[in-house]
Amino acid sequence: MSTGHASADAEAAARLLAFGMRPKLVPGRDVVYADLVRRYGEDSAFKQLTHAVAAGLGLMVLEVNAQAGAVLAATDESVFEIKMDSYARQSKIRERRDTEKVLHGLIHLATAALGYPRPDDLANDTYIGRVSVEQVDGVVREACRILDERAAANTDPLADAPELEQAWRAYARRPATAATKDGRLAPDTTRGMVTRALRFLAEQGFLVAVSSEQGGTYRTTPRYQVQVRELAADAAFDELLALGVVAVPGDGSTLRASATDTL
Amino acid sequence: MRADETTADADEGLARRLKALACTAPLHDLDARKSKLDWADATVYQMAEIGLHTIDQVTIAMDFDTGADHQQVTRRLLPFIAAQAPDRTADEHARVARWVLDNLINVGTTDRGFRRVYGAVDADGAYRRRAFDFKLLVELAASDGEVYLRATDEAINVLVGALDTDVESAHVAAEVKLENLITRGRLADAKLAAEQARYRTVQYGEILRAKLDATRRDVRSVDWERELPELLDSALTHIESRFRAETAILKNITAARDEAEDPDHKRRAAELVDIVADCIRRHTQLQNRLQAAGAVFRAEQDRQQFSGPAQRSAVDVFGQLLTPTLDLPLSDALAPVEAYFRAGAGTTVPSVPSLPSLVSLLLRPAPERDHVVGEVPDPELQPADDVDAFTDDQWRQADALLDLPEVPRRLSGLLEEARTADPAVARLVALRAVHAYGPEVGGALRQSQQSVLLAVDDGAELDDPEIGGADLLLMSAAVDGDPGDPGDPRGEETGGDTGTGAGGLAGGGEDPVATDADGVERAPDLFDDTESIEEAAL
Repeated sequence: MSTGHASADAEAAARLLAFGMRPKLVPGRDVVYADLVRRYGEDSAFKQLTHAVAAGLGLMVLEVNAQAGAVLAATDESVFEIKMDSYARQSKIRERRDTEKVLHGLIHLATAALGYPRPDDLANDTYIGRVSVEQVDGVVREACRILDERAAANTDPLADAPELEQAWRAYARRPATAATKDGRLAPDTTRGMVTRALRFLAEQGFLVAVSSEQGGTYRTTPRYQVQVRELAADAAFDELLALGVVAVPGDGSTLRASATDTL
Repeated sequence: MRADETTADADEGLARRLKALACTAPLHDLDARKSKLDWADATVYQMAEIGLHTIDQVTIAMDFDTGADHQQVTRRLLPFIAAQAPDRTADEHARVARWVLDNLINVGTTDRGFRRVYGAVDADGAYRRRAFDFKLLVELAASDGEVYLRATDEAINVLVGALDTDVESAHVAAEVKLENLITRGRLADAKLAAEQARYRTVQYGEILRAKLDATRRDVRSVDWERELPELLDSALTHIESRFRAETAILKNITAARDEAEDPDHKRRAAELVDIVADCIRRHTQLQNRLQAAGAVFRAEQDRQQFSGPAQRSAVDVFGQLLTPTLDLPLSDALAPVEAYFRAGAGTTVPSVPSLPSLVSLLLRPAPERDHVVGEVPDPELQPADDVDAFTDDQWRQADALLDLPEVPRRLSGLLEEARTADPAVARLVALRAVHAYGPEVGGALRQSQQSVLLAVDDGAELDDPEIGGADLLLMSAAVDGDPGDPGDPRGEETGGDTGTGAGGLAGGGEDPVATDADGVERAPDLFDDTESIEEAAL
């Protein structure tokens, strides 16, 4: 790796990252962006420079390609990080706050699960999934129902240990929708929370609104696929692995054939 | 071993009965709380009846796609409520209907449901308190975004009162009963049985709806090899037999309706015809769904199952992430979802204020309110009525009269003196004397007042042209500072006054033990009075 870069190269690398921070912008719509993406793919020195600039800013380059553009992720404690605390509705009661966060997180997981129903869909770069508010809520509720059926004889939560209640109970108990005086969506309900999650993901360039059917229908973007596949799914999987609730599948035992080329 | 099994069985039954009992609690609760409503005297309404009727209405309106919305249900409730209190206004009836409906949904809580705690003995013999969460009416969104109501299984079970029965056999039993009742001419009972049969039909439809929904969502979640074909088969058989039975019944009652001469009899038979016709309509609907089920499965299988070979292995988000996370306790589930969110939410760009946008933001004209809420009406304000019965001057005069730090005085003397100045002052003095009988010493302590007026009844009659009662002995007593600290300088200072007067006044207060002891020590002769004050206060 050469140490001396022309300042023009550094500017170009930073510009590529700046494009990446505008999630709705795609290389297909911007000539400069497309050029930078092409250069990233062809020029390994430029690629390394881009990674170095990103690392200095507190970012990770997950992937740069013509469909998704530059897909970035924030490292821990980076200024670019979106914290769950700032996303979840602030509840005044402490244990409630955790419940809200878990529900929001489950909804985001369910959105990815519905957008990419099979592992193949996540791996296939050309796959485009569809999600809708109704379906996301339905997927989680159905999973809750199956867990309920699977549950042994009496698994009603203990009255004096609410934090030991299983997550699916909290979700199943929350109403899907509620009538409000002004006819708006009640934010506390699961459909309200799903609507919020999908709008947020659309804002982040991960989903594109298609129609208002089924409470709002969206399609997934290549950027979302990269984000889920290269980082988010692994992050959650590692946590679950640490808790010992999932096992690494056999046959090669890695989740992906190759690790991503980051940092 | 056998004994253990018996215990476990008994406990399960107990828990089931406790849960069944819990489901009725919201209905009892309605009647318990109706007297506390501030917008109407609602005690004339039988709220539990209205509650059951509400659940009836919602259940009857339920079909495959939607149910009734809030307005429809309240509208259908109105005749029933009006019958209970015909002299009340229609507005009030509507409000009662909404109140009952809101309470059955439990509007106002986050989960919009009910929770009852019950105890159960675990497999390892330990007694544990568990929480049973249930709902009676749930709100769901239709495809057009409208909110509508459905009754839950718990509600239907409470209503029909058949907790642990097999849907199919109970249905058959109800049909047989109905036929018997008609042949014996007991139409009132027949109507009841027919209604029950309809609830069971709805319940049966609900089970099938859930299965079909699940299939549409994810083919793998439903066993299409055995479980569902069996279910569809049995459902079709069920419908076939019901069609036969109900058509026969319909023929019988139609005949009964036409032949009946008693108008009441005729009306009931007509109602029964409606119900059975509705049952048949529901069966038709169910059958249509059943026929479409196979097509749904094939279409979904095409969409979900067939695809090319995997290019590279990736995480199965549903099976490996979502389901395990859902099964975790809430406290453990937080870490994985937070990790997922942090990694999956993308990046945010810290907002940087730019001068041009800041300037334009500041210079932007204030939004015109009229477009938002319409014109704000100027409220017409009336000056508040003067509620003070006595003027400030009268209060001052009474204060001067009732400042009695040294020697207690009789009420009669005070009244006489007051009346010379102003008859109103005499009334004020009398009122304050009565108020001083059993004074709030605790309150005086909390508000750190310097002294409090005491009245003691020693049995003397008041001889007065205007006011009657006991000729009270009145006296100002100093309040002895902080009850927890008898050495308080203020307490020492006022000790002199207290000593001559009713020092042990704290007896009527909350529990300033130290003060009490102090007072008794200094003025033992007034101890009896203190006791009587205490009695009076109680």
